[in-house]
Amino acid sequence: MEESSSSSTRSAAQTHKIKEKEPQKGGKKRTKAEEEEEEELFNFKSKSTEEEEEDEDLSDSEDSIFSGLEDSGSDEDDDDEELSDDGDEEGLDDGELKLEQTQQIGIETKKETEETGETEETEGGRTEKAKQEDEYVHDSSDEEDIRNTVGNVPMEWYRDFPHIGYNLDGKKIYKPIRNKDELDDFLDKMDNPDYWRTVPDKQTGSDVVLSDEQVQLVNRLQRGQFGDANFNEYEPQVEFFSRDVMLHPVTNRPADKRSFIPSLIEKEKVSKLVHAIKMGWIKPRRVEDDSRGRYYDLWANEDSSILARHKMHLPAPKIPLPGHQESYNPPTGVPRALWEQQDPCDRKLPFVPRKFSSLRQVPAFSRFIHERFERCLDLYLCPRQRKMRVNVNPEDLIPKLPKPKDLQPFPTTQSLVYRGHSGLVRSISVSPSGQWLASGSDDGSVRFWEVCSSRCLKTVQVGGAVKSVAWNPNPSVCLLAVALDSVVLILSPSLADRQVVLSSERLLSAPQEADANEGAGPVTWSETEGEELNHGIRLKIQHPKAVQQVSWHAKGDYVASVMPDHSSNLQVLIHQLSRRRSQNPFRKNKGLVQCVSFHPVRPYFFVGTQRSVRIYNLVKQEMTKKLQANSKWISQHGDHVICGSYDCRLSWFDLDLSTKPYKMLRHHKKAVRGVAYHRLYPLFASASDDGTVIVCHGTVYNDLLQNPLIVPVKVLRGHEITHDLGVLDVTFHPTQPWVFSSGADATIRLFT
Amino acid sequence: MGGLQKKKYERGSATNYITRNKARKKLQLSLPDFRRLCILKGIYPHEPKHKKKVNKGSTAPRTFYLLKDIRFLLHEPIVGKFREYKVFVRKLKKAYGKTEWSSVERLKENKPAYKLDHIIKERYPSFIDALRDIDDALCMCFLFSTFARTGKCHVQTIQLCRRLTVEWMNYVIASRALKKVFISIKGIYYQAEAMGQLITWLVPYQFSHDHPTDVDYRVMATFTEFYTTLLGFINFRLYHSLNLLYPPKVSWTLKQSQMKLSALSASLARVVSTAEEDEAELDQFPVDGEDMANMEAREKEQKQEEAQKKLFEGLKFFLNREVPRESLAFLIRCFGGEVSWDKSVCIGSTYEVKDETITHQIVDRPNIDKQYINRYYIQPQWVYDCVNAKIILPVEDYFLGVTLPPHLSPFVEEKDGDYVPPEKLKIMALQRGEKPAHEQEDEEEEEEEDEEEEEEEEEDDNEEEGDDGEEAEEKNLKKMEEQRSQGKSLSVKVTAGKVKVENPARLEQEEKAEEKRLAIMMMKKKEKYLYDKIMFGKKRKVREANKLAAKRKAHDDAEKSKKKARK
Repeated sequence: MEESSSSSTRSAAQTHKIKEKEPQKGGKKRTKAEEEEEEELFNFKSKSTEEEEEDEDLSDSEDSIFSGLEDSGSDEDDDDEELSDDGDEEGLDDGELKLEQTQQIGIETKKETEETGETEETEGGRTEKAKQEDEYVHDSSDEEDIRNTVGNVPMEWYRDFPHIGYNLDGKKIYKPIRNKDELDDFLDKMDNPDYWRTVPDKQTGSDVVLSDEQVQLVNRLQRGQFGDANFNEYEPQVEFFSRDVMLHPVTNRPADKRSFIPSLIEKEKVSKLVHAIKMGWIKPRRVEDDSRGRYYDLWANEDSSILARHKMHLPAPKIPLPGHQESYNPPTGVPRALWEQQDPCDRKLPFVPRKFSSLRQVPAFSRFIHERFERCLDLYLCPRQRKMRVNVNPEDLIPKLPKPKDLQPFPTTQSLVYRGHSGLVRSISVSPSGQWLASGSDDGSVRFWEVCSSRCLKTVQVGGAVKSVAWNPNPSVCLLAVALDSVVLILSPSLADRQVVLSSERLLSAPQEADANEGAGPVTWSETEGEELNHGIRLKIQHPKAVQQVSWHAKGDYVASVMPDHSSNLQVLIHQLSRRRSQNPFRKNKGLVQCVSFHPVRPYFFVGTQRSVRIYNLVKQEMTKKLQANSKWISQHGDHVICGSYDCRLSWFDLDLSTKPYKMLRHHKKAVRGVAYHRLYPLFASASDDGTVIVCHGTVYNDLLQNPLIVPVKVLRGHEITHDLGVLDVTFHPTQPWVFSSGADATIRLFT
Repeated sequence: MGGLQKKKYERGSATNYITRNKARKKLQLSLPDFRRLCILKGIYPHEPKHKKKVNKGSTAPRTFYLLKDIRFLLHEPIVGKFREYKVFVRKLKKAYGKTEWSSVERLKENKPAYKLDHIIKERYPSFIDALRDIDDALCMCFLFSTFARTGKCHVQTIQLCRRLTVEWMNYVIASRALKKVFISIKGIYYQAEAMGQLITWLVPYQFSHDHPTDVDYRVMATFTEFYTTLLGFINFRLYHSLNLLYPPKVSWTLKQSQMKLSALSASLARVVSTAEEDEAELDQFPVDGEDMANMEAREKEQKQEEAQKKLFEGLKFFLNREVPRESLAFLIRCFGGEVSWDKSVCIGSTYEVKDETITHQIVDRPNIDKQYINRYYIQPQWVYDCVNAKIILPVEDYFLGVTLPPHLSPFVEEKDGDYVPPEKLKIMALQRGEKPAHEQEDEEEEEEEDEEEEEEEEEDDNEEEGDDGEEAEEKNLKKMEEQRSQGKSLSVKVTAGKVKVENPARLEQEEKAEEKRLAIMMMKKKEKYLYDKIMFGKKRKVREANKLAAKRKAHDDAEKSKKKARK
């Protein structure tokens, strides 16, 4: 405090001048802050009101000019001091005032600068001189109240003293005698109209009544306005540092040394850039290449030298063109529900067909971008393949076969139906003369029919389901072998000339030398008597197991029987009728035997197992061939063998060619039940569970180079399917191109 | 044994293919770059015949490229550009990171750019090749030209696409090349013939797209980049083939949405103002016999085409504001008509509604208040149907508020046996020059046709009936037999037999059918399979045609009954 006051000795004179006017106005005690405010006020007043004292104030203003310019630093210092003082003195009401003060100071300096502006304009040269002289003239410590010289000390310190400080002369200033109590105060408040503007001055301890102007000032400051009511806040700014070259420099400091010396750093930078350019790291600014979006005649010289890359390149397929269904107004209504029900992969159209009554109702297609995108993906992600489209006329695929008409004769129509059996007819056989037909059925009877009249001549009850019947192929005897259960019966139906009957009798009653061995074999031969004899049953051959099939040798003396069994080697037995002898030709079990058959002419014996057909030479007593086929039924003619099986197939073998089937025929839709070859005509027939008999013409040429030709010539239908069984057996007439078939519907049919 | 041991997968197909990843590594490219390269160069994967062999015994699913293709890519200059671009991006990022704005500027100025000209020349060695493959390019450009500035692609791309499509449309107008048009639910298909090539493109409806999230726009943008270049060169060549100036002088500064229309209404500047294009008429060669007939047919066709080109000549159209202006204006101008629209709707209108010479006003609303007497008020479908029918169709079916006849696809060419919608038959009759008979007559005819069809079907059925007859006979016999066996009174009766009339033609037919069936039985397994497949396809076709016909019939019947009910 002391130093500030000492430094402000000169300025004190200035403020004194102002204070001399002060008593005119108020002359009362004031707080420091108010005093300051007042000072400002007065300062302004001195400008606004006391214009006439210009020559006197000139120096004053000059002072302020330079203080504003050069000594703003010191000014600020003072301000700080003041601020801190204020903080010490009055904690409460100074909060708002602090701000106001600083603002005010700002304004002050501004005002001064304005003035300098004016003065500069008016008297440019003089200011410079004045600045040199009066650099420290202005000191802001003049704002202190000089009547009390205690300075900025808290007034509490004087609380216990009668005085409040010291005046300039070092005399004590006594506290005013305050005899006012609360009541007086209250009365004062009520009575005194100026009470609200009366403020106690802490420094002097007296009350000060604020003038109207002061009150206005306080109000303005409280509202955050400038203290001076006439002050224009929005005056145009004066640019000091402008681009205009002034007559006088703002500062006249001499230029630095470094502004004369070339910069090392800059040099370094430049050399770096030069190096980079030299090395090609920095490229010169590219010339704007506008040829990118420019089009020209690209195919001006179409030379074939640039060929497409290679032959493997395939152009992308085009998008298929839309059909009627894609129309916004398709010809027929659209089942939307069906489309939605289907799986996405099942849909024929990738979109929902819709119908709109007018074009304006058609909305945007929501999957448009998707479809385009998918096309893009197809173009660059999908492997392309050249698919050969088969463009065949289906008629060309059908093989050219000779017309069935040209291959006649063959059975074409159903001419006779033999009815009488009550169970399914498992087996039929035609007599070698072609006059009689024997049939064995599940109802336990064997019936003899006259072929031409479909008359049942004879019925023999054999007492068991008949599995197989076979007429003796020798025309000079008239015998029938019947297989049922585990018995093979030899019947003599006596349906022939007397001579034939006699010869067959002779055969049956031949010397029975084999009797001695009988006991040793597995088979027992026995003659029948009584009732059975009357029916024509002549012999009974008792087998150890169930007999499935019987088959005659062409000469009519031997008969083979089959007892399918996995585990034993006793599956096939050959019986010699004339000697009543049986023999087991095979020592080993070579699989489940399905059927056996003698070759009609040659000394061959066919054994069909599940896997293969074995052909044995009876003369040499050895196996000659093994045909690879799973067979159930065998029929043979000359060099050709046909096998039928339950897997719907019919295999046709040429014995001369190979052991593999020459042709596999898959004509039937269900299991093949029987196959038959015609003795004279090149015909063969197959019967199946699908109720059909298919007659094929198998032409075999004498010329060995020409392949045999198999032509199906007729599909014969007639049998009804009962219990999933259709035709069970088929056989040809020995001389005529007729075919007999027996079915599960208990009928036998003749097709001629 | 001499010689080295042969190693697996060192020869044969394994050496001809390369997996995608290996190819990528060989080219030293990232996957997006590789994808871009493949798109631009038109390289696609190949499916080897023996996948396991090529895959070196593994069955893992892999994409294979031909090794030749990849070797071919190795020499592509664009690959270098891709790498440069990668470096550029890296540098730019670094500069941004260091906030070195000057170097950012400098880098941006030197941004590497590539041109696709050589690739186009390489992929399409001749102009016709390029023209053949332009379908996708057009579709894509038309799609992109409808995009708004949504940030899905560069604005420049959109603008370029707009420009190119407008140029293309202008070419089509100038050359009168448009052949067919079809309003589908997806958009409008156009088909034009340029230099003997049929070019089809699809334009979406003028709605803003809701951009799907599961679409990679980068792929689309790469394709578009290629397509725009291609289309530009093609446009150039096409314009020059017509002696037109390219690029056409169209004020591009106009607002984008209006650009197309204004461009369409403006005519193009010709390089050489030819007074009249001399059409290359077919020279008359002395020919005889069949060739003569061929020639005549060709000449007739040409005449027809000429007539189609001048389909709308002399007609003056006015488009109401609710119709698709751009499409219709394009169509009408393609066929020589004059077209205008309301001035307030869009720029480029040439005359007002009040013009007395207007012949057709195209309106797509149920009714209109103020109607002029000397013009037809028709729905827009009329224009499209006329173009497809190649004749001016009667306007009665297309008046306001009338239920429109179905809009048929002109791309469907019915072979015999296919279902032909009756509307198409009608149009075909009109094309032949027959006068439209009364509708009732038509219907009668249809019915007759139907009956014929039914008869045919019956014939098929008859075969089976024959069998049935036999069966019935047999049953009779059986009954009799049973009666006999039961020992009942044998009512011996001689009934007069019926004379079975045998139709010799029928018999022959049956015989033939039987023969065929037998022959089919003898087919080899492979051939049988193929035959069955073909026959299945044929039968399905017939079934579908029948189904459609039945549906149509049901529909017509329903309509008829409705009409009657109304009466």
